[in-house]
Amino acid sequence: MVDAEDQVIVGLEVHCQLDTKSKLFCGCSTDYRSDGPNTHVCPICLGLPGAMPALNKRAIEYAMKVAKALNCEILEESEFSRKNYFYPDLDKAYQITQYDKPLAEGGYVEIESDEGGERKIRLTRIHVEEDPGRLVHMGNVERGKYSLVDYNRAGIPLIEIVSEPDMRSPKEARKFLNKLRATLEYLNVFDSEKEGSIRVDANISIKGNERVEVKNITSYKGVEKALTFEVTRQKNLIRRGQKIERETRHYLEARGVTQAGRSKEQENDYRYFPEPDLRPLRVKSWLDGIVLPELPDARRERFIVQYGCSLNHARTLTGELKLANFFEKVVASDKSGLSPLASTWIADTLIGELNYRDMSLDKVEPAAITGLVLLLKAGTITDKSGIEVLRVLLDQRFKNESAETADAIVKRLNLAKTAGDSGAITMAIEEAINENPKALDDYRSGKAGALNFLVGQVMKKTRGKADPAELNRMLTEALKNKEA
Amino acid sequence: MAGEITFNPDDKYNAFLATCRKAPHGSGKLAGVAVAVKDNISTMDIETTCASKILKGYIPPYDAHVIGLLKAEGAAIVGKTNMDEFGMGTTTENSAFGPTLNPCDTGRVPGGSSGGSAAAVAAGMVQMALGSDTGGSIRCPASFCGIAGLKPSYGRVSRYGLIAYSNSLEQIGPLGKTVTDVSTLMGVIAGHDRHDTTSLDKPYNHIPNADIRGLKIGIPQEYFGKGVDTNVADVVKKAIGRLEELGATTVPCSIPSMEYALAAYYVTCTCEASSNLARFDGVRYGPAPDTKKSWHDAYQEVRSTAFGTEVRRRIMLGTFALSSGYYGKYYAKAQAARENIKADFNRIFKDVDVIAGPTMPTIAFRLKEKSDPLSMYLADILTVPANLAGIPAISVPCGKSDGMPVGLQIMGRMFEDERVVDVAYAYEQEVN
Amino acid sequence: MVSEKHVQHIAELADVGIDEAELGTFTHQFNAILEYFDILDRVEGDGQAARNLYNILREDEIEPSLPQEDVLRNAPAKEDGFIKAPRVM
Repeated sequence: MVDAEDQVIVGLEVHCQLDTKSKLFCGCSTDYRSDGPNTHVCPICLGLPGAMPALNKRAIEYAMKVAKALNCEILEESEFSRKNYFYPDLDKAYQITQYDKPLAEGGYVEIESDEGGERKIRLTRIHVEEDPGRLVHMGNVERGKYSLVDYNRAGIPLIEIVSEPDMRSPKEARKFLNKLRATLEYLNVFDSEKEGSIRVDANISIKGNERVEVKNITSYKGVEKALTFEVTRQKNLIRRGQKIERETRHYLEARGVTQAGRSKEQENDYRYFPEPDLRPLRVKSWLDGIVLPELPDARRERFIVQYGCSLNHARTLTGELKLANFFEKVVASDKSGLSPLASTWIADTLIGELNYRDMSLDKVEPAAITGLVLLLKAGTITDKSGIEVLRVLLDQRFKNESAETADAIVKRLNLAKTAGDSGAITMAIEEAINENPKALDDYRSGKAGALNFLVGQVMKKTRGKADPAELNRMLTEALKNKEA
Repeated sequence: MAGEITFNPDDKYNAFLATCRKAPHGSGKLAGVAVAVKDNISTMDIETTCASKILKGYIPPYDAHVIGLLKAEGAAIVGKTNMDEFGMGTTTENSAFGPTLNPCDTGRVPGGSSGGSAAAVAAGMVQMALGSDTGGSIRCPASFCGIAGLKPSYGRVSRYGLIAYSNSLEQIGPLGKTVTDVSTLMGVIAGHDRHDTTSLDKPYNHIPNADIRGLKIGIPQEYFGKGVDTNVADVVKKAIGRLEELGATTVPCSIPSMEYALAAYYVTCTCEASSNLARFDGVRYGPAPDTKKSWHDAYQEVRSTAFGTEVRRRIMLGTFALSSGYYGKYYAKAQAARENIKADFNRIFKDVDVIAGPTMPTIAFRLKEKSDPLSMYLADILTVPANLAGIPAISVPCGKSDGMPVGLQIMGRMFEDERVVDVAYAYEQEVN
Repeated sequence: MVSEKHVQHIAELADVGIDEAELGTFTHQFNAILEYFDILDRVEGDGQAARNLYNILREDEIEPSLPQEDVLRNAPAKEDGFIKAPRVM
């Protein structure tokens, strides 16, 4: 690929919490989110004098699963090091992490490039490290600011996945992240729904200029937003003939902007050295024992072949483990019969409606959607009614109200498609034509929009129950009769 | 069997930082035995300060692994002993709470850094005590105070709960008036602990045996050379002569890597210490930082006032040695030097069973005699090789010079703690 | 030779503080000690410690945490279960 003059170049460092039961170096439970501050803490993760780390085997196994799934090479020997720096959330004033001997190197993630087609984003390395605690900023300028620390998060196992600077746009960065998330979820080592379970630092530059590190991105959407902001900022600087400084900037999620860090942070000298309280790892041979489940790419291909999904639908449906499982449950009773309709209705309509409500898929039972798809497939309701049924169905579940089936909703709201012969449609057509003489004139003078206008009027009168194809035929007939 | 002992000693040597007037105890091998514990070993509900102002008032919510083992065998923890702040010193003068005096001569230091433990035993206040040995901190005060002290093989005793100074070098170990006491205490504290993943499943179940016929003893020339007081050397040579009379033979040997042992030791311990001691910022324990200041400013304020000068000096030396551009010159080279030292010992131990020499190059210093840091560091030259190599080493009293005790040091192969105990025991039985 | 300025920088990196009065003495002692450390330049090898023990791991099992009061017991300043720390913003 030849990069353009002002090509954007992006590399990511992604930190993901591994979903182990206990912390990386102690037996404290990782299930801390619903409990009070400093309730999942022991001498080890509080950094009390004299406490020592003991490495969690499952965290290493999980990291190796990820490494295998992302095509990385496990190093013959890896070890933990101390990264020394002061910060109130860091209980020992050093983070136990991996430095010159990480668990894994190399590998890649395939994403759909902006130009279409698949593109490999190379990985530099994957290593394991501990999460620091959590800070809450308190006070104000007049009365003095201070911090409050909760060490519940301290010691939660993280993997850091470092990419090469292979992404060429903020959108690609987002795709990379989504793909990574999907892979980790498929591996069952990560729960993307837990707050703060993923954090991203991004390196971004415009070709030929210094690179800027953007820290503190904590959401999937944030990555694209932060980088888009940076691209604009950096391109503006270049346009004005200014030099881009090599610096670390912080992303302020609420405002969608990046802000220069303090100069002191940029002089960090972490004084890494091997952690003397832990023995090194030689785990390459464990790879043979790791059996990978079906991963997103394989599942996507299977959806295309098995269900006849379009590439785009298959990509969307398999892009999240939960969604893919949901889809397969919806069509389980009649795979070939239901999947063409179900893939459209789930990948396009359902996702849109859920996003609009900021609603989780967990609240919808697959059977409810199966019911809807069955009605659509049988021609009992029109697409338009289908949307209405879906909305009622989602609203009920969103509000935790009594959840009706699609069938029940159709009956209660009388949404069943009005049969072609029905007097109701004929009457509505009559009315529509009589109430809109101008449309009739326009139709006669050959204006194309007139027919569509009248279809709309009839639809309104029948509350969408008329089958569009049938309605078209009847309306054209009626107009022809009027002409005569 | 379980009960309580009253402990109310006349501590005229300032050996203790804290005492338990009523010390409970259980039953077991050490039922009712008064044991003093160096103040860098965490004791639940008993203040643990490392003789530093920065830990004044710190009450650990947990016991070090060895404390649990002591309690399980019925020992009575009667107090916490004075030390050089965080173990950084050879005299016990670097305590934030005043120096410990040598019971043999109160104008002299007890040695360090486990000076309080050694003085408490030497003065008869307790039968035995726990110390820790990073570069000689058990053997030096044992030598200076005329008692026995063992630095176990690295990994035989759990360090969990020992407030780390230099993780890769140090071990908790026993001090006692007799080798038998040292051996008994070692039997209680040794063994695997899942909380210390550098500890090994090598328990110590040994009763000292004085029969050393056929034993081959290496005598390294470096232990009797430059910097070693000739009177001290003579006392030790005489002691080795007694071992020969008991049926051992001596073999001259050399440890060429000794020339950089001290530098390797000080680079390693200051680097590790600079990181270990970074957590003392006053947030989770210790003196409160000014929370309205920015964190670096607040931490500097706490750490510059609550750490002693020697501690700050070592933190800075280690910080420097690990800083960008110097790792290869210092820390990496120090580890290479350790490998050479291990190799030297391995070579020598092919021909001999133990190595013997003085524990310290001199008798106990006078108070305030070692004011220059480098000259104090040089006094550790004979003890640090065992820590760098991880091998066991014991100091046993072997006579006097200028009226002050001299220690005979016996070093053994890795994990042959039993053998160095036997040799020390044989000597002790012979002279008593 | 390290300069007073370098020693000052190291003191800042270590957050131990150093005042004017100490700086001269510390720098002097530093240089004497570092000169002594120079003997390590003669050591061959890359500093890779020989190892014989690997993969010392524990099972992923939950053990009880400390009661919150024990976590907070030694903290000099606390608020609503949190530990109070200096400002970072």
